[in-house]
Amino acid sequence: MESTTAPVKPQFSPAAQAEIARLFEHYPAERRKSALLPILHIAQAEFGGWVSPEVQDLVAETIGILPIEVYEVSSFYTMFNLKPVGQHVLEICRTGPCMLRGSDELTAQLERLTGAKVGETSPDGLFTLKEVECLAACGTAPIVQVREKYYEQLDTPEAVDAMLAELRNLVHRPLLPWEQTGLAHSQQ
Amino acid sequence: MGRKLLTEHINVPGIDTFEVYRKHGGYRSVEKALKTMTPDEVVEEVKKSGLRGRGGAGFPTGMKWSFLAKPVGVPRYLVCNADESEPGTFKDRHLMSRLPHLLIEGMITSSYALGANTSYIYIRGELLYVLRILEKAIAEAYANGFLGKNILGSGYDLDLHVHPGGGAYICGEETALLESLEGKRGNPRNKPPFPAVQGLYARPTVVNNVESISAVVPIINDGGEEYAKLGVGKSTGTKLISACGHLNKPGIYEIELGVPVEEFIYSDEYCGGIWKGRDLKAVVAGGSSVPILPKELILKTAAGENRLMTYESLSDGGFVTGTMLGSGGFIAMDETTCIVRNTWSFSRFYHHESCGQCSPCREGTGWLEKVLHRLEHGHGHMHDIDLLVSVAKQIEGNTICPLGEAAAWPVAAAVRHFRHEFEWHVTNPAEATRPGAYYSSKAAVGV
Ligand SMILES: Cc1cc2nc3c(=O)[nH]c(=O)nc-3n(C[C@H](O)[C@H](O)[C@H](O)COP(=O)(O)O)c2cc1C
Ligand code: SF4
Ligand code: FES
Repeated sequence: MESTTAPVKPQFSPAAQAEIARLFEHYPAERRKSALLPILHIAQAEFGGWVSPEVQDLVAETIGILPIEVYEVSSFYTMFNLKPVGQHVLEICRTGPCMLRGSDELTAQLERLTGAKVGETSPDGLFTLKEVECLAACGTAPIVQVREKYYEQLDTPEAVDAMLAELRNLVHRPLLPWEQTGLAHSQQ
Repeated sequence: MGRKLLTEHINVPGIDTFEVYRKHGGYRSVEKALKTMTPDEVVEEVKKSGLRGRGGAGFPTGMKWSFLAKPVGVPRYLVCNADESEPGTFKDRHLMSRLPHLLIEGMITSSYALGANTSYIYIRGELLYVLRILEKAIAEAYANGFLGKNILGSGYDLDLHVHPGGGAYICGEETALLESLEGKRGNPRNKPPFPAVQGLYARPTVVNNVESISAVVPIINDGGEEYAKLGVGKSTGTKLISACGHLNKPGIYEIELGVPVEEFIYSDEYCGGIWKGRDLKAVVAGGSSVPILPKELILKTAAGENRLMTYESLSDGGFVTGTMLGSGGFIAMDETTCIVRNTWSFSRFYHHESCGQCSPCREGTGWLEKVLHRLEHGHGHMHDIDLLVSVAKQIEGNTICPLGEAAAWPVAAAVRHFRHEFEWHVTNPAEATRPGAYYSSKAAVGV
């Protein structure tokens, strides 16, 4: 059925609003714009893993700045997804030290196993593949980051399978940035 | 075993909690500084220690602190650079996630020395879990009277906040970091004015690396002179080296500055040698921005002396035969490494991370990547090799911030020391572009 109503304007949940109020306390009153990056992280977590123009407008309104001030920032930083993404965004490190320990092979394997190419989302909507630069975990390369978790030493098919299995079984619910999945974060 | 000043207690269970950290001598530097020292005396101890910035540039920390402008009635800031994004560097993440209170203690003692009443830890956004660890530890420090109003009854007030970035290597550059902390794109600022005069919110500001600020703790506890007894010459104290690449035991090692490079690579106390019983081909010793050196030159200087893990020894010979200690990101490459491919990968990184403000960097990094891509993929010409050197030269010295040089130096060094590998890609494109192919002086080609 086709909807005739205008899209509902996004609103922050009470929990997010409380977190945003706490963040504003961190900066001088006339410098609330400082809270832009932390609030964008909250917005991305609240609204499905990406920041639509409407969500960015909400961020601008919340801080009291112009929408363009949000757009120019969200497009500068790689962590903000400007298009819809799957349930899990797999950020594969492709930089030198990871490449030395097999990140090219890892990317090829993930493309094969998920059915998505880098930059795409798998047909089942579960996985979006994204290539990123050094994630400060080069000692346990090659690595993939999914939200707050680092999957390290993904240099065997077993390790990659175990990662995908864990993610497939993860109870899906919207997670705010300050909530954690409860998985171990990192070996180091 | 060298002495460990930062990581001595890192494996103690529960050391990330206030209680256990305190039991192991934590927060003594705050008590000592606030109760028995003036801020200037703290700065003096840091000067005496000879501590040099651990973020990459190696600038003496005490001297940097003494440059901070102190106009009356104007707030000033200490900002910790926890953006850690230099490829090959992963020590700050380790230090913060395992010993969050060490950084917080260092921030309190350092903020007191600088007269800052609000301080920030700017952490790269990807390290969300570390941000939560730090926030928990900060809450504990507040609850125990080490942060907030009138700390330990000294009359000194300090608020400390953690601030996440959004994913941009350039925000590690200190003025880009300040722009980012103000909620803007991370475009580096023109200097002067320097942050010491006009930094965060145009107020006087000091920006220091996580490891530098953590090192203030043992310096104040034991005295600057004691700290300076460790190390060699102007490379005092200990340094965290994050070792990666083709090593048997990659990881984070706190070394006393002065360990021979050969010992660091091959001894079991450190990296345990090259993996799979292979030979070493090259090392990038201080993060991807420093010049690459072939095995012979990383182990010994051009004059045949043992190369040591110090600022001076690693830079012996300048850029012709030397390199830099940089951030301590130590990347080892075995004999099967393709230097052209590796150089291309790093160029892609710098091109991707250029903020685009100045044309020599924006266009130059693009050219470097493009030319390296075609050499690596078998479409290069002999003159492309000199083109790389020429583009690198045109970037150097012509940009707002040092990212331009960081992109140019490694390419120039790779061509300087491994020109034969680049030529081989031009003369033998079919072989060189086979997956996994690498140039070897022993066999013509290996796969
Ligand atoms: C492109 C670029 C990236 C940098 N990245 C970092 C970084 O991730 N962490 C860091 O501490 N310093 C980084 N620096 C160095 C900082 O600009 C600054 O020198 C440092 O934070 C000062 O602290 P220190 O004196 O304690 O080393 C970077 C510099 C440049 C030019
Ligand atoms: S050198 Fe590169 S990164 Fe630095 S300001 Fe210029 S364009 Fe931006
Ligand atoms: S290169 Fe992949 S984490 Fe550093």
